[in-house]
Amino acid sequence: MERIRRHHLFWPLMVLAALLLFNLLYDPDFFRIQMRDGALYGSLIDILFFGSPLALVAIGMTLVIATRGIDLSVGSVVAISGAIACLTISKGADQNDPSLVLAAVGLALAASALLGLWNGFLVTRAGIQPIVATLILMVAGRGIAQLITSGQIITVISPNYEIIGGGALLALPVSVYIVALVFLLAVFLTRKTALGLFIESVGCNPTASRLAGIRSDTVRLFAYLFCGLCAGMAGLILSSNVSSADCNNAGLWYELDAILAVVIGGTSLNGGRFFLTGTLLGVLIIQTLTTTIYMTGVPPEITLVVKAVVVLAVCLVQSESFRRKLVHSLATARSQPVEREVTPRG
Amino acid sequence: MGEKEPLLQMTDICKSFPGVQALSGVHFRLFPGEIHALMGQNGAGKSTLIKVLTGVYPADRGHIRLEDRIIRPHSPLEAQMMGISTVYQEVNLCPNLSVAENIFIGREPRRFGKIRWREMNERARRLLEERLHVRIDVTRPVSSYSVAIQQLVAIARALNISARVLILDEPTSSLDRSEVEQLFAVMRKLRDDGLAILFVTHFLDQVYEVSDRITVLRNGKLIGEYPTEELPRLELVAAMIGKELQALEEIPREERRPAVSEEWTLEAVGVGRKGAVEPFDLRIAKGEIVGLAGLLGSGRTEVARMLFGADRADQGRLRVSGEETVIHSPLQAINKGIAFCSENRKTEGIIDELTVRENIIAALQASQGWFRALGRKRQEELADEYIRVLNIHPPDPEIPVKNLSGGNQQKVLLARWLLTNPKLFILDEPTRGIDVGAKTEIQKLILALAREGMSVLFISSELEEVLRISHRIAVMRDRRKVSEIPGKDASRERVMQAIAGG
Repeated sequence: MERIRRHHLFWPLMVLAALLLFNLLYDPDFFRIQMRDGALYGSLIDILFFGSPLALVAIGMTLVIATRGIDLSVGSVVAISGAIACLTISKGADQNDPSLVLAAVGLALAASALLGLWNGFLVTRAGIQPIVATLILMVAGRGIAQLITSGQIITVISPNYEIIGGGALLALPVSVYIVALVFLLAVFLTRKTALGLFIESVGCNPTASRLAGIRSDTVRLFAYLFCGLCAGMAGLILSSNVSSADCNNAGLWYELDAILAVVIGGTSLNGGRFFLTGTLLGVLIIQTLTTTIYMTGVPPEITLVVKAVVVLAVCLVQSESFRRKLVHSLATARSQPVEREVTPRG
Repeated sequence: MGEKEPLLQMTDICKSFPGVQALSGVHFRLFPGEIHALMGQNGAGKSTLIKVLTGVYPADRGHIRLEDRIIRPHSPLEAQMMGISTVYQEVNLCPNLSVAENIFIGREPRRFGKIRWREMNERARRLLEERLHVRIDVTRPVSSYSVAIQQLVAIARALNISARVLILDEPTSSLDRSEVEQLFAVMRKLRDDGLAILFVTHFLDQVYEVSDRITVLRNGKLIGEYPTEELPRLELVAAMIGKELQALEEIPREERRPAVSEEWTLEAVGVGRKGAVEPFDLRIAKGEIVGLAGLLGSGRTEVARMLFGADRADQGRLRVSGEETVIHSPLQAINKGIAFCSENRKTEGIIDELTVRENIIAALQASQGWFRALGRKRQEELADEYIRVLNIHPPDPEIPVKNLSGGNQQKVLLARWLLTNPKLFILDEPTRGIDVGAKTEIQKLILALAREGMSVLFISSELEEVLRISHRIAVMRDRRKVSEIPGKDASRERVMQAIAGG
């Protein structure tokens, strides 16, 4: 029992279970899943579906944070990627041409990778602190996206492109498969090759890692590149889902939710040890929370406050020193009344 | 002094960390007006005992009595309020604040919220002069003074909080001889003022020079408490390291063969770097141990870092095993068969969050690259093997390396490099801050490796050590290589002369 409690996934799992339990009590229909037109529908499927762009971004963010960095530009990369894809498709004679859609996806992903490399370059070669280096693209990125679309919301009519963010395969949304694939790829890269060890080592102690022969610059460069790619894929899913590129709102505040998911998952912002499964749980917690808030009919003007309160509670539950203090104060509170009862008799 | 009541008494202190019993049933007494040396090897529990005393860790069992009150400090600050002040090895001062500000930080004399600078400076000056006999300008930033003075400022700050117990944790490790004298004078004066001083050091000479009483710990247990004059040096060492006493004497003074082989593992010709080291020549033969002697800051470490590619040389030529090579990065050096154990174990050596196993395989994995990953099973085999061979304690490859004692961390680093099977092993102060037992083990290991054909560049501040194991000694002075002394002619005096110059 003690060992289970000490496992790094214990508290995230507990929080998720608590959220689901709340929903079960509030509305038993929450867990109902229906089959319609060969696809599954239900709140649980919605959570997976709407959570998938955030999951992609958070997986990339995990690796960056593990190297003791941070990537604030992911939201902007989401916007740029969507803009490039939609622009490419909208220029085509036949917007549904599969080769055109593939070219659009390829272009968008290549651009995202390049933006990731740019971040990595600023951090490793120029020696700018990650938070500042990626802040540059965070601010400039939305402008770049506006430039690409000339300030318009580009709408495309391309059923083939819609498959990415709106299609279904074997009854599940396509985007869920994309997340699964990227997650497995990340796990493979970090646990089956030595990359994971190098990332954790660089995150813990960059100087010692360099002297041990680890090319810390290359490792960090890769992390930012991978993060950029993930954000690019998230951008494709989001823009494909609505068949348009909205540079102002696509991926807005994603960086914050992604960082939150990583931290809830147990990866420290100080770098070092990272937990990809924990990150996925973090994403599910955030998305379940969002869905729950919508379902319970919290007035829209205070949803953010409610979300903040729950997130605060999640973080407090995960803090070991807070738990200890809580247990301590509960214990003293319980023992005091007993004393009071005893005294009069004595 | 024996009939006096102890000022401080720790009884039956126990403390364990995951996987390690750091202290078990330790008693410790401290009398007013004495300097009490706390001795023990690395990992014996000295630091843990001090941290329990100053409230950094709570004790699992046992209690602390200060005069006639049981105390239970929860933080160093609380301990300080109770009169227990600590000055750590690394001086914890704010370098850009003035001496007076550092002494009164957080407790500045104020009127209506405004700091009374003149009074503060005057009080700082008086404190330093009257109690420590130091006369300095207290308005200048701390960083403009030497480490020794900084140490004294730290002591002054500790005294200012009406301290009755003063803990000095390895205060002399970065001081030179005359600075040590100055510190000792201050310590004696404070003792005569009635302060109880707890003194931790690795230097035996200093213990006998200044302390009145010695407590020895070993493996987290109390071995004994002795008046200094009743404990001969040899017995102290025996108490510290237990039955392995003979090991110290056993190291054979390696027969000083001139390098038999003319096979040069390393030939450096005119290698240098502007502002770091002037161009030097250095050759190391197969199976040869070359000692690099010199004072701190003489350029020893810079030479090592350049040969390893940690810093880039801007001139000269380098041949490794007869092959002309250019080394621009540690990775290139490792691939050429060069290993380098840095003098800064904590900042440049161990990767503290990672496990012992991961630390051991780091360099080998780095030289193999991303995709030729060592399988988990192979990693475990390698880690287990080196834990056994090097006698790493505790023998658990899966605990974070930060939980190990200094000496064992050093062994983990040696394992990391031995795993890469280097032709040339550069060791920068491999035995610094390590207890006598581990020191001997490491020296023996180096000798054994050299016999098997490994070349070694051995850097150490301890002349005895350099003399004992080197075939040849190169001497650095003022960032220049000034001489090279063959082992058979090497004597303490000759090397000292070369170091001192003139």
